[in-house]
Amino acid sequence: MSAPEFSYEISKGLLPGHRACAGCGQAAAVRLIMEIAAPNCVVTNATGCLEVFTTPHPESAWGVPWVHSLFENAASVASGVEAALKKQGRLEEVRVLAFGGDGATLDIGFGPLSGMFERNHDVLYVCMDNEAYMNTGVQRSGSTPFAASTTTSPAGRRSFGEDRPKKDLPAISAAHGIPYVATASMSFFADLRRKTKKALGIRGAKYLQVHVPCPPGWGYDEKLSVDIGKLAVECGMYPLVEWENGEVTRVRKIKKIPVEDYLKAQRRFRHLFRSEEGKAQIANVQELADASIEKYGLVD
Amino acid sequence: MRKMIEGSRAVAEAVGLCRPDVISAYPITPQTHIVEELSQMVADGDVDAEYVRVESEHSAASVCLGAVAAGSRAYSATTSQGLMLMAEVLYNIAGMRLPLVITGVNRALSAPLSIWNDHQDTLALRDTGWLQLYAENSQEVLDMHIQAYKIAEDDRVLLPLMIGMDGYVLTHTYESVDVPTQEEVDAFLPRYDPLYKLDPEDPYTLGAFADPSLYQEMRYEIQRDALRSKEVVKEVARDFQAAFGRWMGDVVEPYMCDDAETIYIGLGTVVGTLKDWVDVRREQGDKVGALKLRCFRPFPNDELREALGNAKQVVVIEKAVSVGGYGIAAAEVRGALYGQPKTPPVVCAMTGLGGRDVTYEVLDEIQKRTEAGETDFFAGLRTELLEAS
Repeated sequence: MSAPEFSYEISKGLLPGHRACAGCGQAAAVRLIMEIAAPNCVVTNATGCLEVFTTPHPESAWGVPWVHSLFENAASVASGVEAALKKQGRLEEVRVLAFGGDGATLDIGFGPLSGMFERNHDVLYVCMDNEAYMNTGVQRSGSTPFAASTTTSPAGRRSFGEDRPKKDLPAISAAHGIPYVATASMSFFADLRRKTKKALGIRGAKYLQVHVPCPPGWGYDEKLSVDIGKLAVECGMYPLVEWENGEVTRVRKIKKIPVEDYLKAQRRFRHLFRSEEGKAQIANVQELADASIEKYGLVD
Repeated sequence: MRKMIEGSRAVAEAVGLCRPDVISAYPITPQTHIVEELSQMVADGDVDAEYVRVESEHSAASVCLGAVAAGSRAYSATTSQGLMLMAEVLYNIAGMRLPLVITGVNRALSAPLSIWNDHQDTLALRDTGWLQLYAENSQEVLDMHIQAYKIAEDDRVLLPLMIGMDGYVLTHTYESVDVPTQEEVDAFLPRYDPLYKLDPEDPYTLGAFADPSLYQEMRYEIQRDALRSKEVVKEVARDFQAAFGRWMGDVVEPYMCDDAETIYIGLGTVVGTLKDWVDVRREQGDKVGALKLRCFRPFPNDELREALGNAKQVVVIEKAVSVGGYGIAAAEVRGALYGQPKTPPVVCAMTGLGGRDVTYEVLDEIQKRTEAGETDFFAGLRTELLEAS
């Protein structure tokens, strides 16, 4: 399926001219989501790359009402917007979306997000997961994958990078019993579109976590973002799963390529290929991927 | 209608009469009675609001921020540690020019943990861009909430407003108050109709970042409008008097100050004690007066100069300490009087911390030590408990 021709009408959610890096996975994913969500929506946005590259005052790349408050409170602000729209009798026609990066979502804004889920506000929360604090210079977050080198979990003589696996926020979200949770990838456009449409058609709290490759943060040629994202999914390191009311309802089957194919394409994992001990860590990464493949039945 | 109710109930009734669209709060002693009362009013359908039961004060403030940005009137209440947790959001709300009203119940800060009253919490937030009013009694705190929305939402102001209300002393005390009718409040306070809001029909970007070429001007405008808001505080107090027939001061309220040689200044409920004590001292021939600092932000510099200019001495009864400096209110009063032709000395008497009662005995001690020439001191101190130094 080919991407539609650009039109101002269809792109009136996130407009061109913003300051994202070339190859930014997040900018592409948000544009796809906003093509579906605009114009009848309100967006709240956590502090982070998306906020910074779209709204240097007095410029704005947003064609819909948009509000940024702080790093950790996009879910709470969205809860307040939703409550106000409900009181105004406008919640039938206006959708509420919240955007946050993985640091804003898995770490500092985790409490507010859980609160928003537990109260079941009619909000689609979208986590743009590029697996580290990219806006501040690639520091480790709770979403950083095992063995990735970041500026605060660097590989070194005594370290192979991040020593813990990614926090499983989709499963934690699903455990809240909210009506819809899904993981997606900016590299699978049709899948992302379908999940966005589905989420926006459901009332109550929804969580969508989108894997968004980051050329400067992960260290690869910016033209490869879509390819890198595909490798993450196809090797089982980023399973694409949907939950409804706490139960897994659908998964995207994968080809099951070796994790090595995904790791070797990125600077953040290159230390693993430079020693025998590093290669032993790759086996651990493969084990984590295999566990996900098994858990979600990603291979027939 | 005249009722004998708790201070917290008086606030809840006032807030209900202001027709908030969204209420969001997190429980913390001694704020709880206010939000419990409002919860019941919503549960009974007496107040038609969305009540959002959040998981922290940070989120309570954030929910209110979102609601006001979306064009609704919102309310929250908290105290002490809750205010500290909110602090980040409070700066943000002011910077975004969202006219939220919250009750800042006054309670000491930890450590050591104390649930009792002083002014450390709200005074620590004096630089946030929030307007701050402090109430002396239940009637004033009730009236003040109705005035607060009118002040904050005024196009000339568009800044949030925090009402300081002494924990327990005011929140948990029953007094007779006159509660206005819904019709009276509706006639006084128009529905919230903001200039800008989150609306798909007319999309705005709110909360964009400012680089060094823009930030300072935005801060200048907040400062300019906060200073100008003093006139709105006064105007609304006058309008309120015209509508409801009550007057408790606007930015300051002097009591027996005209011929006073020494004027005692306080915020909140301690002013009631001060007024009674002034009566007692006057019977003994002491030329003393009391002054209620009703509005702390904007700070009433001109009004203080006028009210204190003829005094020989000013004493600030200070229920907050800027540790390593001295009293917070005293520093501001000294600043207001600095450089005036006749500047009375300003004494800073720090007392009433963590719920310690400020009694006549404490005030007598302050008077004595002031006459003896002391300037910055703790009063009502249990010296027998202090470590030998």
